[in-house]
Parts: sequence; structure tokens; C-alpha cells
Amino acid sequence: MSSPPSRQDSGHLSRPPQNGALLKIRDLHVHFKVYGGRLRVLDGVHFTMHPGEKVGLVGETGCGKTTTMKSILRILPEPPARIAGGEIYFKGRDVLKMKQKELRKVRSEGISMIFQDPTAALNPVFTVGQQLEAVVKYSIEGKNLSRKEIRERTLQPLREVALPDPERMLDTYPLQLSGGMRQRVCIAMALAASRELLIADEPGTSLDVTIQDQILRLLHRLVEETDVSVLLITHTLGVVREMTDRVYVMYAGRMVEVADTQELFDNPLHPYTHGLMEAVPRLTGGGVADGIAGRIPDYMHPPQGCRFQPRCPRAMEVCHQEKPTFYRIDDNHQVACFLYRDSET
Amino acid sequence: MNQADILTVRDLKKHFVIGHKDVLRREPITVKAVDGISFTVKEGETFGLVGESGSGKSTTAYTVVAMYRPTAGSISFRGENLFEGKNERTRALKKEIQIVFQDPGSSLNPRRNVKQILELPLRIHRREENRTEQIARLMDMVELPLEHMHKYPQALGGGEKQAVAIARALATDPSFIILDEPTSALDVSVQAKIINILIGLQDEFNLSYLFITHDLSLMRNVASRVAIMYLGKICEVAETAEFFRNPYHPYTEMLLSSIPVVSEEEEQVKPKRIRSTGEIPSPVNVPPGCSFHLRCPVRQPGCAEEDPVMTEIEEGHWVRCHLQC
Repeated sequence: MSSPPSRQDSGHLSRPPQNGALLKIRDLHVHFKVYGGRLRVLDGVHFTMHPGEKVGLVGETGCGKTTTMKSILRILPEPPARIAGGEIYFKGRDVLKMKQKELRKVRSEGISMIFQDPTAALNPVFTVGQQLEAVVKYSIEGKNLSRKEIRERTLQPLREVALPDPERMLDTYPLQLSGGMRQRVCIAMALAASRELLIADEPGTSLDVTIQDQILRLLHRLVEETDVSVLLITHTLGVVREMTDRVYVMYAGRMVEVADTQELFDNPLHPYTHGLMEAVPRLTGGGVADGIAGRIPDYMHPPQGCRFQPRCPRAMEVCHQEKPTFYRIDDNHQVACFLYRDSET
Repeated sequence: MNQADILTVRDLKKHFVIGHKDVLRREPITVKAVDGISFTVKEGETFGLVGESGSGKSTTAYTVVAMYRPTAGSISFRGENLFEGKNERTRALKKEIQIVFQDPGSSLNPRRNVKQILELPLRIHRREENRTEQIARLMDMVELPLEHMHKYPQALGGGEKQAVAIARALATDPSFIILDEPTSALDVSVQAKIINILIGLQDEFNLSYLFITHDLSLMRNVASRVAIMYLGKICEVAETAEFFRNPYHPYTEMLLSSIPVVSEEEEQVKPKRIRSTGEIPSPVNVPPGCSFHLRCPVRQPGCAEEDPVMTEIEEGHWVRCHLQC
């Protein structure tokens, strides 16, 4: 399904020329078939990122962050999921139209992933070494390597992620490692072959704060060193602030706001972003704001118009009927909310 | 602070035997989940217990509600020792101390609707007159709309489920509630609402809370005093404002500096000196001496040998570290 380019699309933050986008999602719709109906989870997602960028995707549980990420790699279970419309361009080619063979190439050479739960991401019956080797073997550089070279290339990333005794690490099973070490192994796997895009889905969420801090600092350092582009998916605003240049805020299957990180934290515009920021308890004290009333809508019967409208303190008549498109506030800030219809520049 | 103490914990230890080193079962392998902690909770205050996973926070909570019997030490509630003599706690005491668990998805029976869930404690504690009215009142206290009364937990959102769990804890009219990570399974926008309900209830009924969490930013906003736990021991206790202004223990500094924050002002509060390194060791093999010394950036030669003792460095501010003595 190719929909005509909508207005929401035209307004996208475009630093370098449009065609230079590394990843571009246009009007993505994903549905899940469940008992009793269809969940319309993604409802027209638009997203662009350029080479070398570090982009954050923030949203709360169930807003469709992970569904978006899985659609990019085509690892959504289809069925029950169905990509009902839209395009996902990775380096100018539509992932949704690719054959299995090309997809495999994207996964082995183009995009790597760090999942939220390292325990589930690693295969328990293979050693760390075997799993890393597989990554190296199927990468671009790995095609004609000798066994010795492959071994060296599996050790290198383990050293980079500061795991103690990498040689011994190759022969351990994931079960023998702690959560923080497993996540380090996952990062090592993501780094074992050169990639253009690294997608990290809540890389520290299942870990303790001190460990999360170490993992994020490690990720940050490696990203700086290798110049890889990063899409960081998280529900923690603080993490986004420390790690990214630009942020997309997602709510109930749609992007509601996008801005440079600093700008978003200084000047959140969408009522949802606003509510979210207010709700974060501050280290400086001052109590906790009341948060956002209500909860994420039922995807089987999503509300008419703006999906945030039932919870929005500033909802207007028009919000019940129409879906807001992105309004450009300035070059690095756009918001999908009718409140800013007239302040567009 | 002149309020009376409501809960006093003295040298509490809870060890679990998880196996044996030899077949003859002569040498047990024990996990020292809680290893000699002392604290008091005052009437009407929120006492915060912070720590990473495996630090023994939840074991402490479960021991206070008598889900476990302590290995050593005492817990007294309004001066009455909870584990003296008889094995069974009196119903009157059970009524006073209630607990709210972390994950409402698994602490609420999926086969019972909200009304049935809230009825059970009323029945057990024989407060059956005007049951429906009482349930309506409880739901009102946690700001749950009455139309949810006949719904089952799965039909409710995470925040609403936690509100039911809080209402259930309130059903017996307790004076002391243990909140074991009550919001860590929830999104921030929902967390805020639950926290404000809890604060409101505390003001209204003069409740005392033992608030357990790993989130220091949250603690800053709800607790009147904070204790930090590490490997079964408390390493620092202070009043909240003092605690954040003047953290002493290197572990406290490490925790504070690890928090991802959302504003520049908060960045200023975070200690710069210490970056986190290492991981919390397994509680089966607690390092000798100070249990934190392996990760400590400012450790001294003596730290590996001698376990420091709790020392009051300023009024109400206690630290367990050799450097402060």
C-alpha cells in the first residue's frame, strides 16, 4: 500500500538532504489479529534518521516502540501481526518489499540490535564464543577469514566491553554470567561486525541503576568511537537526555513530538510530553506532579481523532474528529497537536 | 522529630540455607540476605529503604510482616516484640501491619473481582457490617471509580490494579504499611498518581510507611528518612534533605551519580567524584571486611579486613564506612 505523501511526512526534520536518510519510516500501520478483533497498534508512524545521528524514541509501555523496532528488522511474528501499510526505507531500499535473502543481509550487515532482556536474547545452549563467532562469520568482513582470525575478532569486542578474562568468557554459557555481564556480551555481539545502525531497545532497563549506568556509558563510548548511528528506545527520559541528539516521543502508535534533545527538555510542547516530564520525580525534590489521568487506549477501539484526546487536559473540539499532523515549530522542533496549528512557521 | 517509634528493628538477621557443601550435610551454604540491620520507623513518617536487587530490601519487608521468621534479632511494633514466644501473630497485630507488593499483576487473584478482593480482608477481620459501603469507601480512598467494583484485575490498567492492592491493604484499617516497590512496575505518568494517593492517605490517617524502592529520585520526593542497603547491611541512614545534600558513603555517592536525570539542576546535585564500577557480589560469597570494598573507589588497605561499624557523624546521620570514623 503506498499512500500519497501526507502532510505529516513533508514536515520532517531534515538536516542533510532527504534522500540521505539512513532510516525512513513513512506512514507505518501495524495491526495484530487477536481473539475478538484487530488491534490497530501502529497508526501512521513517521520517522527519519540520518547517518551518524543518535536518536531516542521515548514512550510508555504499550505505545508501540518495540513494534516499530521489530517492523524495521521484519522480526514481528506475522501473523498475528500484519503490516497493513507504509514504507520502511533503510538506505533508500524498502525493507517491506525485500526478499528473505536481502533481509538476511540487512540483519547481518546493516542493522544490529540490543534487546531489553539479555537473558532471552542469548541462546542458553551455546557458549558465548559460539554465538559471537556466528555473528563474525556472517558479517561482510567475515566471509574469508581463517579460524584464527575469527577467534581474534570474537575476542576484540569482548575486550572492548570490558569483560574480565575474555578468553575464558568464550567458553562460558550465558547462564554462568550475571545480568550486567550478559548485556555486555549482547553489546559485544552487536559490535562484533561493523554496522551502520545500532538499535538498542531498553538496554539497561532490566538492570540495577549502577549497572545500567555502566552499560550506558559503555554504549556511549563505543558509539563515539565507531561512529555508528544509534536508535535508542526507552521509557526513561533521563536516559534519552544523556544519550541522544534528537528525540521522538511516541504515544499510542503515533509520534507526537520530535525535537533536538536539549530543546525537548527545555520546551516540551505536546500535552503528553509535558505531562510525562512533570511526572518524573526530581532529584532536587519538590514533590511529584499528578501525572496523566487515565491510561493508554484500547487498541481494538482506539479513540476518534487524536489518540491522546481522552486523557488530554487541553483537548478541543477538533481533537475528537481529526488526527493531528506534525506542525513545524522551528527547524528542529515539530509537534503533532492542534494547539500549535497556528504557531507553525 | 519527636514522634514515637512505631517499628523498631534491632540487629535483624535472616539467613537462608540453600544447600550443603558436602553430602553429609555438615556444612550448610547460607545466603545472608539480611545480616544485622537496625532501624526505627517513627509514627506518621515514610522511612525509605533503598538498594539494588539482592541487597535484602524485600527480605526485610517480608520478615516484618512475618512471612519469614528472623534468624536473629528483634522486630518490635509499638514496643511489642513481634517474634516472642508464640508462633502465630495475633489478629489484632496482623490488622495493624499491611503490605503492598511490587507487581499487582501477580498479587491480585485473577479469578476474583475487585469487590471480592476487597471483601476478603474485611471477612477475615470480622468487619462485615455494611460491607458494600465499606468497599465503596475504600475504592473512593484510592480514587478508583465505583464502576470498577465488578471488574476483574485483567480488565484494569497497571495503576488501577495497584490502587486495588492499596485499597486491600487499607481494608483492615492499619497504622503501618510496607510498600515494596509499589510503583516500579508502572509507567511514570501512572506512578505519579499512585504516589500522590499514598501521600494523601498518609496525611489523612497518619499512616507510617516503610517504603522500599531502588529509585532514589522517587525517594527524594516521598521519604522523610532514607536508608541505603548493600548486601544485607545498611550502609547509610539520614534524613532525606541531609542525605541528598551530604552523602557520605561511597556507595551512596555511586548510586546517586548513576541516576539518569532530566534537568541541569539535578545534574548539580549528583556527586561527580564517583563513577560506578563492578557489580553487586553474590550474597552467598560476601567479601570479607567491608562488603563494599571490592567496588569502592576510595578503599583503604584495612577495608578488606575489618567490617566498619555504624557511626553517627552528624545528628541522625549514620554511616558505616572506615573513612568516616
